[in-house]
Amino acid sequence: MSIEVRDVVKRFGSFTALRGVSLAIPSGALVAFLGPSGSGKTTLLRIIAGLEAPDRGEVLFAGKNATDQRVQDRRVGFVFQHYALFRHMTVFENVAFGLRVRPRSERPPEAEIRRRVGELLKLVQLEGLGGRYPAQLSGGQRQRVALARALAIEPRVLLLDEPFGALDAKVRQELRRWLRRLHDELEITTVVVTHDQEEALEVADLVVVMNEGRIEQVGTPEEVYDRPVSPFVYHFLGSVNLFHGRLDRGVLRVGPLELAAPEHADAQDAPGTGYARPHDLVVERQPPEGTGLPAIVRNIHVVGPSVRLELWRRDTGEPVEAELSKDSFRELAIREGELVFVRPRNLRVFREAAPPSRAVTV
Amino acid sequence: MATPKRSVLPGFGLTMGLTLLYLSLLVLVPLSALFLKTATLTWAEFWATVTAPRVLAACRLSFGAALVAALINGACGLLVAWVLVRYRFPGRGILDGIVDLPFALPTAVGGLALTTAYAPGGWIGRYLAPLGIEAAFTPLGVTIALTFTGLPFVVRTVQPVLQDLPPEVEEAAATLGASRWQTFVRVTLPTLLPAVLTGFTLAFARALGEYGSVVFISGNMPMKTEILPLLIMAKLEQFDYPGATALAVVMLTASFALLLAINLLQGHTSRRQREG
Amino acid sequence: MPAQPSPLRPPAAPVRPSPLGEPPLVRWALIAGALLFLGLFLVVPVAVVFATALSKGLAAYWGAIRDPEALHAIGLTLKVAAIVVPLNALFGLAAAWAIARFDFRGKSLLITLIDLPFAVSPVISGLIFVLLFGSHGLLGPWLLSRGVKVIFAVPGIVLATLFVTLPFVARELIPLMESQGSEEEEAAASLGASGWQTFFRVTLPNVRWGLLYGVILCNARAMGEFGAVSVVSGHIRGATNTLPLHVEILYNEYNFTSAFAVASLLTVLALVTLVAKALVEWRAQHHDLSGER
Repeated sequence: MSIEVRDVVKRFGSFTALRGVSLAIPSGALVAFLGPSGSGKTTLLRIIAGLEAPDRGEVLFAGKNATDQRVQDRRVGFVFQHYALFRHMTVFENVAFGLRVRPRSERPPEAEIRRRVGELLKLVQLEGLGGRYPAQLSGGQRQRVALARALAIEPRVLLLDEPFGALDAKVRQELRRWLRRLHDELEITTVVVTHDQEEALEVADLVVVMNEGRIEQVGTPEEVYDRPVSPFVYHFLGSVNLFHGRLDRGVLRVGPLELAAPEHADAQDAPGTGYARPHDLVVERQPPEGTGLPAIVRNIHVVGPSVRLELWRRDTGEPVEAELSKDSFRELAIREGELVFVRPRNLRVFREAAPPSRAVTV
Repeated sequence: MATPKRSVLPGFGLTMGLTLLYLSLLVLVPLSALFLKTATLTWAEFWATVTAPRVLAACRLSFGAALVAALINGACGLLVAWVLVRYRFPGRGILDGIVDLPFALPTAVGGLALTTAYAPGGWIGRYLAPLGIEAAFTPLGVTIALTFTGLPFVVRTVQPVLQDLPPEVEEAAATLGASRWQTFVRVTLPTLLPAVLTGFTLAFARALGEYGSVVFISGNMPMKTEILPLLIMAKLEQFDYPGATALAVVMLTASFALLLAINLLQGHTSRRQREG
Repeated sequence: MPAQPSPLRPPAAPVRPSPLGEPPLVRWALIAGALLFLGLFLVVPVAVVFATALSKGLAAYWGAIRDPEALHAIGLTLKVAAIVVPLNALFGLAAAWAIARFDFRGKSLLITLIDLPFAVSPVISGLIFVLLFGSHGLLGPWLLSRGVKVIFAVPGIVLATLFVTLPFVARELIPLMESQGSEEEEAAASLGASGWQTFFRVTLPNVRWGLLYGVILCNARAMGEFGAVSVVSGHIRGATNTLPLHVEILYNEYNFTSAFAVASLLTVLALVTLVAKALVEWRAQHHDLSGER
């Protein structure tokens, strides 16, 4: 079922969590809301669920206005960050809860409840653990109970708030791949809130990048990673190198470099910043004159199949990070302390001054 | 008892010695005097003392009134804790502070005030009298006094648990379609129940031994409104030390059983709900 | 085993207003119910005390309080509290140091022993001292033959009050010091501080609010204890009458105004205790809990 959000505003006291957010989620998609804490992603999710009422704006389910529908009537499957399992109930009773609280006329008979819960436990790979209490399960198992419980009501949409945030790295990776497969199997519209860019890029069809109560960019994982529309998205999704310079009639001048910025053809000697990912940098020992920025190699890290170079621009003293394949690193045969030249192969120029550089690492 | 783990901090011998000395002089020796004294009674004498009709009547009243008072405190304490934690209204802070009054107010003063308020011409008693309800000098009066004494226990055991209850748990129930009432009965109440039970048992134990607040409102009529501690007092005044001691042993045993029950209860719930 | 609910609670989390709350009508009905219950059992009795105490005017009120026997009872009550509170505070500090800073077998048994007086009926708390020091008691005759009178005298009152109020400071400090851990003391020791220096400069400042809290509760109970003191005092007017006992005597003599005048002093004490308790809780929350943990 499709979800639409129109111009939603939400304040908590003096804090504005959402500043007029509009978004359309197509039916059957798996969408990730990605952003730092305080960006409003969880608030947006809670408003879609009906756990929070918007101050302004509307929420539509399948084109029908659901803004004033009670959370009990929305049939949304919500998975909470810390699972929110009923700790005095067994796993079985947790999953059965949504069926048992239905009005008598709609409540399935006991045998049907048993069958459905059994099926769900099988689906989340927790067969045989129905008699346990939540405290007796591992974090990953609890997360799957929470998911089974949400699925028991046959929800029209599935909403997950930082579902894997409290788990360790390995379990997290397993679970999100499994969630992806589950989604493909069930074909239910799913929204995942996360602050982990890797998680968003790996699991989602569509990534919604949020910042300070606004949506920065909506796009496929490739789009938001390769073609960020704002410095924020660049910073938030992966590492990025900044090249400060002067922008004049479609050309950004950084030291001796002249870099093409055709989208800024109207600029007249304005400050501009070029953004380039570490793997979009070319590192050379002896480039043709005027095509590279001199830099000193400070550190070399071999990380699996690639090599990360920490460089230090000789002209400005700014740090630069480059990522090479092992092959090209071998060809270059450089050592720490040596002089190299760098040049961006692929970069995007923004006219406004860059935001204070936040430490963003891969 | 004194084999501490190696520690860089000094003072174990001194503080442990002081603690044990103080506890022995004030608690262990006097309490053992009670059991030594009981040992001077034969089993038949002991049995005759504790099964005398007046004693049995006092037992019934003590346990009965304490039970009813603890039940009232269980229900009303839960209500007060809920209102204090969940709602914001003018005067909430004062209300929160005043809950501890029965701990701070001397029991004699509490008893005196309740007697005056619930006596036939008193502030509350005058509205009860036309309804044919007599509070002062009846078992009802005893129950009122014991409710006063045990009032803070349930509130103060439930309050922190309710405060720490993550709102997500109730929200989860709502997303699954449960109404507010279903959520309360099926999700919130079971989570609070161990705390309610603990508070209930503490209030019950306290009510069982209570003396000061009851002595005024009960009228102390043997067989009718005489509670166990009062009977012990009466026996002491007649210099019937063996009799008083026998009753004291019965009461102490009951208190210890209750405390044991609380510990088991807390151990059980903390084992099952440690996380999650 | 919290025979008395442990008080220093963490600060309340802000309650998020949500579309999930109860309807206003239910909410107000619940608030009204809670108010009625607390009103009937707490507010009315306190109001009755003051109303009755002042029912015959201020002059009668002052007369009752300045009566020599009342003054003597005030003096005795203050004296008993002045002996009992420091002793139990010292005991509480020593016990908390031994229990929270060291590991040893039998620790939980020791804690249970400290809690024991809360579980004992006040009448029994008095009785055990009568059995020990009374004229027919185990040690009484021997002491009496040497001219030492414990029961029906001030020492008995002090002993019974010590027993009844023994746990207050200790059970406030033990959990507090356990939760704080001994890292700071170990750091002080590693910097060359002696045991006493560590105690006075590190431990005591860290537990001062908890200590004060325990002392306030201990003092309230010490001044207000009735049952245990009633058993050992003998109600000798002008000699072994504490304030609560004096209230009872006046009441039994149908001298209601005077009884309530004296009772109002104890009620004021209770209200001051509640305010002090609230202040300490507030300080502890904004001071110790926010910063150092």
